[in-house]
Amino acid sequence: MRFGILVFPGTWSDTDCHHAVNGVLGQDADYVWHKDSNLAGCDAIIVPGGFSYGDYLRAGAIARFSPVMDAVRDFALAGGPVIGICNGFQILCEAGLLPGALRRNGHLEYRCQWTYLRPERDDTLFTGRCQADRPLAVPVSHGEGSYYADPAVVAQLEETGRVLFRYCESDGAVTDAANPNGSVANIAGIINESGNVLGMMPHPERSCEMLLGSEDGNLIFGSMVDAVTGGQSGSRPMSRAR
Amino acid sequence: MPVSKEILDEIALSPAEYQMIVDRLDREPNPVELGMFGALWSEHCGYKHSRPLLGMLPSASDRTLSQAGAENAGAIDIGDGLAVVFKVESHNHPSAVEPLQGAATGVGGIVRDILAMGARPIALLNSLRFGPPDDATNRRLLCGVVDGIGWYGNCIGVPDVAGEIYFDESYSQNPLVNAMCVGIARIEDLASAAAETPGDVLLLVGAGTGRDGIHGASGLASRTFEEEQELRPTVQVGNPFLEKVLIEACLEALGTGKVRASQDLGAAGLTSAAVESVARGGRGFSLDINQVHRREAGMTGYEVMLSESQERMLLVAAPENVPAVSQVFEKWDVPCRPVGVVTEEQAARVTEDTVTIAAAPIPHLSDAPRYRLNGVQAADDEARQHLQLSDVPLPSDPRLGNAGTILLKLMASPNIASRRQVYRQYDHQVQTNTVVAPGNGDAAVLRVKGTGKAIAVAIDGNGRQCFLDPYRGGQRVVAEVARNLTCVGAQPLALTDCLNFGNPERPEIYYQLEQCIAGMADACRQLGVPVVSGNVSLYNESQGTAIFPTPIVGGLGLLDDVQRHCGAGFPRSGLEVILLGAAGLSANAADLAGSEYLHAIHGMIQGRPEIDLALEQRVQGLCRRLIADGVALSAHDCSDGGFAVALAESCILGDTSVGGSGSVGFTASAEFAANIPARWDAALFGEASSRILVAVEPENVPTVLDAAQSLNVPACQVGETGGARLHIGSLVDVGIDESADAWYGGLNQASS
Repeated sequence: MRFGILVFPGTWSDTDCHHAVNGVLGQDADYVWHKDSNLAGCDAIIVPGGFSYGDYLRAGAIARFSPVMDAVRDFALAGGPVIGICNGFQILCEAGLLPGALRRNGHLEYRCQWTYLRPERDDTLFTGRCQADRPLAVPVSHGEGSYYADPAVVAQLEETGRVLFRYCESDGAVTDAANPNGSVANIAGIINESGNVLGMMPHPERSCEMLLGSEDGNLIFGSMVDAVTGGQSGSRPMSRAR
Repeated sequence: MPVSKEILDEIALSPAEYQMIVDRLDREPNPVELGMFGALWSEHCGYKHSRPLLGMLPSASDRTLSQAGAENAGAIDIGDGLAVVFKVESHNHPSAVEPLQGAATGVGGIVRDILAMGARPIALLNSLRFGPPDDATNRRLLCGVVDGIGWYGNCIGVPDVAGEIYFDESYSQNPLVNAMCVGIARIEDLASAAAETPGDVLLLVGAGTGRDGIHGASGLASRTFEEEQELRPTVQVGNPFLEKVLIEACLEALGTGKVRASQDLGAAGLTSAAVESVARGGRGFSLDINQVHRREAGMTGYEVMLSESQERMLLVAAPENVPAVSQVFEKWDVPCRPVGVVTEEQAARVTEDTVTIAAAPIPHLSDAPRYRLNGVQAADDEARQHLQLSDVPLPSDPRLGNAGTILLKLMASPNIASRRQVYRQYDHQVQTNTVVAPGNGDAAVLRVKGTGKAIAVAIDGNGRQCFLDPYRGGQRVVAEVARNLTCVGAQPLALTDCLNFGNPERPEIYYQLEQCIAGMADACRQLGVPVVSGNVSLYNESQGTAIFPTPIVGGLGLLDDVQRHCGAGFPRSGLEVILLGAAGLSANAADLAGSEYLHAIHGMIQGRPEIDLALEQRVQGLCRRLIADGVALSAHDCSDGGFAVALAESCILGDTSVGGSGSVGFTASAEFAANIPARWDAALFGEASSRILVAVEPENVPTVLDAAQSLNVPACQVGETGGARLHIGSLVDVGIDESADAWYGGLNQASS
């Protein structure tokens, strides 16, 4: 399959994502320039991390106006898989593809550290290879990653099974101590109503090789490959949210 | 003389230097010319006092691809057709005036030095010095500097992988902010800074030129300062987003093969960039300031030529290639303007449209005067070096406590405590190469994608020991950075240095500078590592008091097999710990010289540190071999706080792998403990050089001891890992959790 990796001015996880899906997983990957508006040939889109437009004004607030974002919106509406990582999550929220917002970390500091993520579901196209009782070791690196949505929206996310990852301890326990940024309900990643757009603050592309400490990120990218190609756990391609 | 002393002071030129300019030009310089001379002849750009001394340092090896000073940074061949480029630079005075912007633009500046070489920046390191953190002003500086490094570094996507922070009263008015950047490039893609071809176009790319930072080089970096408030406008303001885009655009432009030379704009801005690049090529330039894109209207020629606005680069391209190069910058929405041409005649000609506003021969501008002064040892040096164990009371006072409580006190000392709360604010993983992350080893290890290799990088300095004995302190700093590279399994290849000193015009400071460099040079020769790049920061004084002489040394090492690396933590229970470099613990006054124990517990800065460089070399060779053979499972050198602190740190770190079991205890063998001398303080906390603690499987102990013997390295078994406490005979019995709390919480506690 072919991943399209968006590049905005200020994006810096583009090459890391390329290395993960191409270098490690062996899938095709192309960079998509932010001024382009053609995603033809892409089976899935990665909106990578970084500081698009310097995150000036507000993280992701300027990138959402890039021409490529109209194409991403169409792609998502057509059911194509889109994963936004870190700044990518912020951009997807700003673009209205995901609800809520990422606020400044509760402790007001940038944080680069390992976290554990509890996959709340194993039946989405991003988590087909995951197991609910097996937390993923994936690092965070952000200053504005505290997920917030008003209580009604959070309740709806919970009810409809759209909270996909929660910060947890290594044993899966969801605790305040495991929450690196003060996100509401320890939310680390959410999906849209159709289940084909994921936004997450942690960086799965940084945890795809044991040399770097963890290869759990492959479970997420690998699940996307399965969903698109009908491989491995192909019995559940393009699963919808409950 | 038609210029006033005030004007000369502003640009840090002496009346004699002014006369030299008049003699060279055979006329009075106009104000623009004078400003250009002042900037280029500043210590920061011209190395007036340091250049003759820097010649002592070896600068070449069979891996060096450039001579120190010939290009913007040193380049080292790491095989596979790849070069690693690296350099450290100071941004001390700007950080003292405005810590966030000062530190941030320090990072930005060193990144552009690496970029100018055509290399992709892959790692940042920094070395910081502040006054004691219990003082609010020092805390403000510390927080501002850390914020600035994080703000800039995180945004540009270059991981900050290693660093060090020390506190001492001598840095109270004058913090040190040294930033190092490491880059990588294919050897054939390395760019030169030499503009050699007449007719080539000078392209100014990046940020618009504004009024910020005028006189940064001459004013801030090259003289002492008393009234920091009034200097605020000379600090530059950074734009990390533009830097990130500039990195990508420049690398893409260089990748077209249509850029003949590239040079960053740093200290002294356009003046220095243009003069240095044509000086290297033996040419001249003609430059029209009206072509310079600006941030604000109404700037004078003087301001345009001396602005230190950030995020600018100067590229040199043949006229026919300018459209292709410009196109790249257009794609990235980065301004790219032709501002001048390279000329045959070796002269700088600056015009405002067609009117010449400055003209001077290049050699006159670029050959700053050189001063070789006579250093004189300070009168109180010798008294300070005198130290006997009997001068240090063995702690028996219940308030000082036993060895265990002293250990906890040292673990929490701001100079030893964990830096986790700092480095976790820096992205140290982006670019996905970080194999040994900050805090986990004595150096950072970065894998080199596309090869099975890795590089290691570290940065070190020890101002206190250099203050006590600049020569031996210089030796020890070089030895320590090489040892830190060794402890992760890397062969040290080359060094970069930033020499932070007081006013060299004072004989006792010049003496420190001269002696430190001589000591460093000796150690470099013994350990086989050249110094391939660097920077000098003099005049670090305020109210007439100089900082400790503080050479900061950054090191680059190579691991042939990335898998064969080592961390500092004991990875599990049941391992034997061996001390390399000593047959046991001994108690020598020299080992307490400048030690953290002597300072933190007794309030003394006294003594004369020692080092045996030949032993150092053998110990490091042995350690590298043990790691390469897969025998050593952890390695950590005995540095600040000595043997006991190193041991405690290895216990606290324990298994540092992701999801690893964390800390592990340790019990010294009865035999080892029984041989600890009566002066247990000097034995446990003395900072003798050339000692490394390694953990090995029990069955490998004979292998290690045999190897040590065959290499003539003293070594001894220390004890076994396991349990949850640190036990050293009857002297130390502390819980690892307790020492971890002290260590991780120390910096915070000291700051409150």
